[in-house]
Amino acid sequence: MSDRFPIELTVNGRHYALEVAVHHTLLDVLRDDLGLTGTKECCVVGECGACTVIIDGRTVNSCLVLAVEADGSEILTVEGLATAGRLSPLQQAFLDTGAAQCGFCIPGQLISAHALLARNPHPTPEDIHEALAGNLCRCAGYEQITEAVLAAAEEVGR
Amino acid sequence: MTTQAIGASLPRVGGEERVTGGLEYVADIRLTNVLHAKLVTIDCARARLISIDKTAAEAVPGVRLVMTADDLPQPMLRFGPQVEDRPVLAVGEVRYHGEPVALVAAETKDAAEEGARLLKVEYEELPAVFTVDAALDPAAPLVQEAAIRRPGDPLADTNKFSEHHYGWGDVEAAESEADLVVEHTYEYPMVTQFAIEPHACQAAPDGDGIMMWATTQHPYQLQKILAKLLDMPLSKVRVFAPDLGGAFGGKQWPHMHPAVAFAALRTGRPVKLVMTLEESFQAVRRTSAKVRYRTGFRSDGTLVFEDVESNFLIGAYADIADRVVTKGNWLAAGPYRVPAVRIIARGILSNTPPATAMRGFGIPETAWPREMNLDEGAIALGIDRLEIRLRNLARQGEEFVPGETPADGDWEQTVRRAAELIDWGQPLAEGRGRGLALGCKSGPTTGISYGTVRFLSDGSAILLSGVSDMGQGARTVYAQIVAHELGVPMEKITVIMGDTGVVPFTQQTSASRSTVLMGNATLGACRDIQHQLQKAAAGLYGVDESEIIVERGVVRLPNRELSLADVLKAALGSLGGEFIGNGVDRKDPTPGHPIKGTAYFYEFNCTAIDVEVDRGTGEVTVLRHITVADTGKSLNPMQVSGQDDGAAIMGLGHSMMEHYIFDEKGRVRNLGAIDYRIPTSKDLPLELISEQIENGDGPGPYGAKGVSEGALLCTAPALGAAVRDATGIAIRDLPLSPERVWRAMRDGK
Repeated sequence: MSDRFPIELTVNGRHYALEVAVHHTLLDVLRDDLGLTGTKECCVVGECGACTVIIDGRTVNSCLVLAVEADGSEILTVEGLATAGRLSPLQQAFLDTGAAQCGFCIPGQLISAHALLARNPHPTPEDIHEALAGNLCRCAGYEQITEAVLAAAEEVGR
Repeated sequence: MTTQAIGASLPRVGGEERVTGGLEYVADIRLTNVLHAKLVTIDCARARLISIDKTAAEAVPGVRLVMTADDLPQPMLRFGPQVEDRPVLAVGEVRYHGEPVALVAAETKDAAEEGARLLKVEYEELPAVFTVDAALDPAAPLVQEAAIRRPGDPLADTNKFSEHHYGWGDVEAAESEADLVVEHTYEYPMVTQFAIEPHACQAAPDGDGIMMWATTQHPYQLQKILAKLLDMPLSKVRVFAPDLGGAFGGKQWPHMHPAVAFAALRTGRPVKLVMTLEESFQAVRRTSAKVRYRTGFRSDGTLVFEDVESNFLIGAYADIADRVVTKGNWLAAGPYRVPAVRIIARGILSNTPPATAMRGFGIPETAWPREMNLDEGAIALGIDRLEIRLRNLARQGEEFVPGETPADGDWEQTVRRAAELIDWGQPLAEGRGRGLALGCKSGPTTGISYGTVRFLSDGSAILLSGVSDMGQGARTVYAQIVAHELGVPMEKITVIMGDTGVVPFTQQTSASRSTVLMGNATLGACRDIQHQLQKAAAGLYGVDESEIIVERGVVRLPNRELSLADVLKAALGSLGGEFIGNGVDRKDPTPGHPIKGTAYFYEFNCTAIDVEVDRGTGEVTVLRHITVADTGKSLNPMQVSGQDDGAAIMGLGHSMMEHYIFDEKGRVRNLGAIDYRIPTSKDLPLELISEQIENGDGPGPYGAKGVSEGALLCTAPALGAAVRDATGIAIRDLPLSPERVWRAMRDGK
């Protein structure tokens, strides 16, 4: 019932060639076509940040990006943060500080925090609040999340 | 290694899945051959349904089912936890903006959406009511016709769903003793739970039964309601409740679940409904309220009476909202010694989304006016606002509400600690203000939880629990109890939850009950195993049972000590097997009690806030936010702080920014995340401190009480008091948005 278009994506280092509906978002394709359900769907209007992923180094709300727009790009999702079965320092810090409560916003928070640390390895709490302001947490674990990002920054900088 | 489990800030059980994206929430579960469902609604609050034309919808390729009221058993089946008033799908009339009139199921989400869009619904819009005042107007249209009200309900010709009268002492007589009477009406806004995980459910036929995966706090209540509607035995209805992406009370009771179950049975295939955030806003919300408090004081600040008239605006169907009315108002006089109290509390039906449970369960709606009135009395009498509270506060063991559980903690200690942390009595700079308020909520008044622990042959253990983990960390706490009692390392404990086919019954996950009720059941199951192994050890080692002490993970014989795991292995012998322990905790109803049961424990909280108010813009900055809770014993302090911080910030959201906005047709105009704002990382208090008072005086394991709602109970009045302190102006409506504060300052009142 809808037009389809071939695209190629590299997601978490793995290459995919697939045909997607032209009106489907990157979020739809990640979750429904690739089965990468770690990226969450909530508001679908780019306000809650649950679907945050990194496309070619930039964080985006994947609900606002058409999959065809992402053709040829490299994408990092929460599933790509751990390497060889080992949690990243950021993931470990989220566990240690109790930042992950219900956990639903956490993939988006982690991705935003990952991007922040990539461009600013030594953020202040204010930098973290600013960088993660687009990621809503109704458990409101903001203090613990900030603490986790600071701890991870220190760990990586060591 | 494990003896430190209780009271330690151990990492969350299930935490790793949460940081890798591996945790499967309901929407993430992919069932084979599933159909995708979409709900159809109409764009007004109240309408008479004239006809529904399915032709175009059914013609969409991939659409397999277009289900309306006509396709369901007749007469329409209705359900609800208090009254069976809610239809599976709207029949004859739509009563609120967002009430589904049809469900379309299709091979793809796209086809379901297209089918839903093309369904032709003809309707006639009818006059509707969206506020307490409009609903109580004698000329108001009725939200519910008598046929769906309780049989013989004397209020059936009004929009009053209920009217409860509580009280003690003689308010009329007490009036003459009052040197000061403060009377005001306050409003609490309509707000929503806004769990980041929208509501979802999937149903699949299962032989002669059905399976359902749902975002639910009460899998066993959902099972019971489905079984009745589908006319199936409980044993044929299996409900899975995967860990929730937040719930906050909103995921307690079914709304669209029965329609999805019927769709699955009609198509013979699994059906999946993932609601949008907007639809979730239309499915659940908190009761809003308009409450009048008349408070009588002696000149020394002693309370002489409290006279309360409370109108809680519930929605078009009752859901659990009338329980919110009763629990929220029964303790309307707060944690104080008040000799004369009169409370009239009503649930008012309206053409708005159904109100349900939400964190605090009616208490924030009454703490707000009560504490604001108390401040006003203190100011008028020239008494310190902390002092007036301490003067009237119930002391431990005092029966502050006749016939109710006495004060179960040293509440003065909690209040004094909060005052100390906020530097109560120290002066503030110009433009700043300080407020302090108390909140007290009855925990569960009835309840039952069963727990089963399987102590396996290698010394590891499995706990089976019917509680839902929605972020509060229930799994972690139960694993800590098992670790502590059986000496099993945390990493060797698995907690199985959320499958009514496997785990034993738990009534529900609400009222901050789970640490206490399920915790006690877990403790009981562990003690059962300890007792069985004590017996086994007596046989194995030829010692009298009375000479053996089992403590935590250790078996003490007269001449030596063994680990519980070693005794287990010896007792099991070469065939292996397991020891199974069972525990139960229950809180029975209290005969004749006005709200059917006394408090199992109280959640008591003191919140103190410093603000700065921008006189030019009305913007309120929270400089310091202190919340101190009486937790009895914090089994996992990190998780307790997480709950308290979260409740405090959610309370600030309600108090500073959140509220539904209706247009003249009763349509909610700010559905979704763009126009309904909740706190982000940039809306936090500049400093937030959560502390707990632990005196081991709760009824739960190791003296624990429930936590998780306390820090929200009195956020609004603490903030309102701080704003009044800064500006000299009392504002009696929420939220305290910059606009409202600016206008109040402009008008000087």
